[in-house]
Amino acid sequence: MKLQYVGLEEIKGPLIVIDHVKDVAYGEVVEIELDDGTIRRGGVIEISGEKALIQVYEGTQGISLENTKTAFLGHPIRMGLSKEVLGRVFSGTGEPIDDLGPIFVDEYKEVYSSPLNPISRIYPRNYIHTGISTIDALTTLIRGQKLPIFSDSGMPHDKLAVQIVKQAQISKNENDNFCIVFAAMGVKNDVADYFKRSFEEAGVLDKVVMFLNLSNDPIIERIITPRCALTTAEYLAFQQDMHVLVILTDVTSYCEALREFSSSKGEIPGRKGFPGYLYSDLASIFERAGIIEQSKGSITQIPILTMPNNDITHPIPDLTGYITEGQIVLDSELKQKGIYPPMGILPSLSRLMKDGIGAGYTREDHQALANQIFASYSKVGEARSLASVIGEDELSPVDKAYIDFGNLFEKHFINQGFTVSRSIEETLDLGWQLLSMLSREELNRTEDRFLDQFYNHKQAVEDFGLEEKSIITSLKEIGD
Amino acid sequence: MNENVIFSINGPVIRVKDTSTFSMLEMVFVGHKKLLGEVIEISKKFTTIQVYERTVNLKPGEPVLSTKEAISLTLGPGIINNIFDGIERPLKSIAKESGAFIPIGSNVDPLSIDKEWDVTFKIKIGDYVTFGDIYGVIPETKIIEHRLMVPKGVDGQVVEVVLDGLYRLYDVVAVIKDKFDVLHELTLCQRWPIKTPRPVAERIQTTTPLITGQRIIDTLFPIAKGGTAAIPGGFGSGKTMMQHQIAKWCDADIIIYVGCGERGNEITHALDEFSTLVDPKSGDLLIERTVLIANTSNMPVAAREASIYTGITIAEYFRDMGYHVAVIADSTSRWAEALREISGRLEEMPAEEGFPPYLSTRLSQFYERAGYVKTLNELTGSITIIGAISPQGADFSEPVTQNTKRFVHCFWALDKQLAYNRHYPAINWLQSYSEYIQSLVKWYNRNVDINFLDNRQKFIALLAEEDKLMEIVKLIGSDLLPDHQKLIIETGKLIRTGFLQQDAFHKEDTFVPLDKQSKMMEIILYLHDQSLKVLQSGVAFRMITNTNIFSDLSKMRYKIANDELELFDNYLKKIDTALAGVR
Repeated sequence: MKLQYVGLEEIKGPLIVIDHVKDVAYGEVVEIELDDGTIRRGGVIEISGEKALIQVYEGTQGISLENTKTAFLGHPIRMGLSKEVLGRVFSGTGEPIDDLGPIFVDEYKEVYSSPLNPISRIYPRNYIHTGISTIDALTTLIRGQKLPIFSDSGMPHDKLAVQIVKQAQISKNENDNFCIVFAAMGVKNDVADYFKRSFEEAGVLDKVVMFLNLSNDPIIERIITPRCALTTAEYLAFQQDMHVLVILTDVTSYCEALREFSSSKGEIPGRKGFPGYLYSDLASIFERAGIIEQSKGSITQIPILTMPNNDITHPIPDLTGYITEGQIVLDSELKQKGIYPPMGILPSLSRLMKDGIGAGYTREDHQALANQIFASYSKVGEARSLASVIGEDELSPVDKAYIDFGNLFEKHFINQGFTVSRSIEETLDLGWQLLSMLSREELNRTEDRFLDQFYNHKQAVEDFGLEEKSIITSLKEIGD
Repeated sequence: MNENVIFSINGPVIRVKDTSTFSMLEMVFVGHKKLLGEVIEISKKFTTIQVYERTVNLKPGEPVLSTKEAISLTLGPGIINNIFDGIERPLKSIAKESGAFIPIGSNVDPLSIDKEWDVTFKIKIGDYVTFGDIYGVIPETKIIEHRLMVPKGVDGQVVEVVLDGLYRLYDVVAVIKDKFDVLHELTLCQRWPIKTPRPVAERIQTTTPLITGQRIIDTLFPIAKGGTAAIPGGFGSGKTMMQHQIAKWCDADIIIYVGCGERGNEITHALDEFSTLVDPKSGDLLIERTVLIANTSNMPVAAREASIYTGITIAEYFRDMGYHVAVIADSTSRWAEALREISGRLEEMPAEEGFPPYLSTRLSQFYERAGYVKTLNELTGSITIIGAISPQGADFSEPVTQNTKRFVHCFWALDKQLAYNRHYPAINWLQSYSEYIQSLVKWYNRNVDINFLDNRQKFIALLAEEDKLMEIVKLIGSDLLPDHQKLIIETGKLIRTGFLQQDAFHKEDTFVPLDKQSKMMEIILYLHDQSLKVLQSGVAFRMITNTNIFSDLSKMRYKIANDELELFDNYLKKIDTALAGVR
C-alpha cells in the first residue's frame, strides 16, 4: 500500500509543492492521481525540510490544490527496457503510445545516468560511410561520434538526416546488429511523420525506437525525452552490443523548454535568458555517445538544431559546438543556388576525422585531399568577394581560376542529390579531379607524392570542358 | 551532541539547519553513502554545503559528518602516470571496481596503498629537518625521481629512520622529535589543502623560455618557464589541439593536464596518445612525465570547480621537488561556469553575464600560483600555466577572457576565420602578444642566434605590413600594386603558409627545434632581401614568382628533417640561382 498525500500546498507553472512529506529522496518520482482517475507523473527537484518541490512532466493543467492524491514511488525516474523496444513508439517520458500495450521489462534503468568513466571509453576510430561526398571526404562521421547538424528553419536538415540513415553503413558486414533511436523534441507532427515514413521506406522501421514529444506536448516532458532516448540507446549499445544511431531533433526546442522551466523555478538567467547551467545540461545529453571497453556496441549521435536567426554565435549552437565533436553547418546561400545537400563546408568540421581516415581506414591521400580542398575553397570565397567589388573582368587569372573552381566544385562535388550514394573512392577521385582545375603551384597543402599520383590538369580541363563555359552559364546550370 | 542532518537539497547544494559545528571550506561527508562535500556558506541558521557528486536519492535527515579538514589531496609517489577526477579519485581504480559508469559515493584511495616503492633515504639520526627538506627519494617513473619532503608543521631532530628499501605509502619511515619533545611520524605521503598555495623561499625573475616546438609560439610569442598564457578561441578553432601539442612537446619536466569540463573522448584520446608517444627529450613515453586530471563536462559541476585547484596543487608539490612543471588547463571557461552555477544556486547577486563578482579574484588567485621560484629546500623550480578559454560566441569581450587577460602575460588568440581556412595553428598573429620578450633576450642571444630577435621583429613588421596591404587588395585587387608591395604580400604569404602554419600530424613538422625555426626564418628573410635587390635593378616581380622559388620555400618545412639542418644551405643556393636567372 503506497502512502498517498492528499492535496497540494502551491501550484506554480509546471511545478507543485507538497508540504509535510517524510522520507522523500531528491530526484524521486511521484504519481499524481487526479479526481477523474487520470495519473500524471513528476519528479522531486528540491526538498526543503518537509516541503518537496515537484515538476509535473505532463503539465499542471486541471490540477487544483484539492483534487489530487500524490504517491512517492521510492526511485528516481527510470525506464523499463528490453529488446522489445525495437519498432515501438513511446511518449516523451517513455510510455508506449502505439496501442501495442506495455513492453516486457527486462531491466529498469535510471534516466539520469551516472557519467561514463573516460578510462573505460575507447577512442572512436571507425568511419561510417554515408555515401555523401561532403560528409565522407570533408567531415567524416566516425562511429561513436556526436556530430550535430546546425541548420535553420526551411533548410533540408531532416532530409539530410534521413539520407544519412538510408545510406549509412553504420556497421560493416554486421547489418542485423544496428538500430536507430529517434527522439522528437518539440517538432511538428508532420516532421515526425516524415521521419516515420522515411524509416518505413528504408525498410528499417522494426529497428527504430521512437520517442515523440511534439510541439504541443508539455515542456517538462521534453526535458526528459532525450534522456529516455539515450537511456534506451545505452541499453541497446552497451548491454545488447548493437550499433545505435541516435537522432535528436530539435535541440533548440529542448533548450527553450529548459529556459521556460528554469524561469518558472525563479533561477538567475545567464545569456539570452537561458539558465547558467545550459552547458552542463547539454553535456549530460551529448556526452552519452561513444564506445566503451566492456561492450561491442556503440552510440553515434546526430542532434539537429535550428539556429535562431541563423546565428551560429547564439548560445544554443555555441554551447553545442563546444561539446560535440564537430558540426555540419547548412548554408542558405547554397540552398538558394539549388544545391543539395547545401552543406557549408568551411564552418563544418569533424574532430574525430583525423584519426579515422587515411591508410587502413579510407585511403592514404584522404587527409591531404581534405586539407587542400578546404584551403582552395576558402580562396574561392576571397576571390568572390573581390569580384563583387571590382567586377569579375578585373580579376587576376589566378582569382578567375578560383572562381571557376568554386562553381565546378559546388556543382559536381557538393551538389550530389538525395538519391545518389558515392563510394569513398569515387568521392576522393572526384575531389582530386576538381582540384586539378587549379594550377599545380596553387596546391601547396599537400605533399608532392600525392600530386604526382592524382594531379592531372589536362584531363580535368577536358572532363569539365572549362574553356567553353563562361561563369554565367555554369551558374545557371547549378540553378536548374 | 546532536548529529547534523540534511535539511534541504537543491541540486549539488545542501543545507544543514541550526548548527555551529562546521567551519568555512571544511570537507564533509554527506549522507549514508558519504558523498564528498565542502562548506561554502555559514549563517546562524544554515550551513550551506556543495556536494562534489550527484545528489540523486539523497534524503533530508541523512547525516552530515564533519572532518575538521579543508578539501585536501594526498601527495606522494604514484601521482605521475595516473589519471584522477577533479577531487583526486583515481579513475583507473574506479573503473576496475565499478565498471564503465562512475557510481555515486565511491571511496577509493587516491594512490595505491599496496604498491611498494624503492626508497633511498637522505637523512640520518640526529639530523635537523624542517618543512620542505628532502628526506628520501624514489624512482617514481623512469624519468621522474620523487623527492619526499618533510610536511608542514614538522620541524626537529630525526630520532628514527628505517633502512633504504621497499616501503608502502603509509609505512612509517622516520620519526622526528620537535622542540616540545612531540614525536612526528613521516610516511611516504602528506596531505595539502587544494585552495592554499604551497609556500616558497622566494620568487625569481623568469629568464628561460618554455620551448614548445611550435613555431608561432617559440618564435613570435614565446612563453617563459614560470609564466602564464591564455589561449582563447571559439569552438573548432583548435584550442584543444594546441593544448595537446604543448603538453606533448614542451620541455617541462612534468605536465599536469587538467581536462576541466571538456569532452570525454578527448581525455581518452590524450591518454592514448601520451601512452604511445615518445618524449623527444628523454626518449621515454610521454605518460611517464604526465598527470591527467579529468573532470569531463558530464561529471558533477562542483568537482569541476575543484579540478583546477587539484591540478595546481599537484604542480606545486612537484615544483617544490625542483622540477619545471607545466599546467595545461582546458578550459578555464568551464571552471568559471561552474563558479557561476554554484553561485546561482546560492542565489548570490550576479555581476556580468551571470558570473559571480568574485570571478576576477578567483582567476587571479589561480594564475598567481604560477612562477619561477627558489623552493624552501633551496632548489629552483617553476610552474607555467597555460589556460584555454572558450569564449561564448567566440567573442573576446566576454568576462572570462577579459578578466584573464589582466592576469596573464601571453595571449595566443585563436581565430575562427583562420580555422575555417584550415590555417593551423589558428593563432592570430596580429591580436596575440607575449610580454616575456624583454626578459628572454639574453637567453635567445646566447642559446639560439644573435640575430634571432631582430629577425623575429622583421617577421612581425612584414606581417603587419602585409595585413595593411591586404586591405587595399580587397578593394582593388593585387595587380595594381607597385612591385615592392607585391613582394611584401608574397613574403607575407610565404611566412603564413611556410612558417606559421604547422602540421601537427606530420612526422617532422609536429615538433620543430628552435635551431630549425631560426634557420627557416633566416632563409625566408634572405629571399625577401635578395628579391628586393633584384626588383630595384628593374626586374618585374612577375619574373621572380615565375621561378616558383616562393612556392618551393613554402614546402621546406616538410622537406628538411629536424636533424639535417645543413640542408638549408641548399636553399640559399637555390635562391641565388633562381634570382640570378631573372636578373
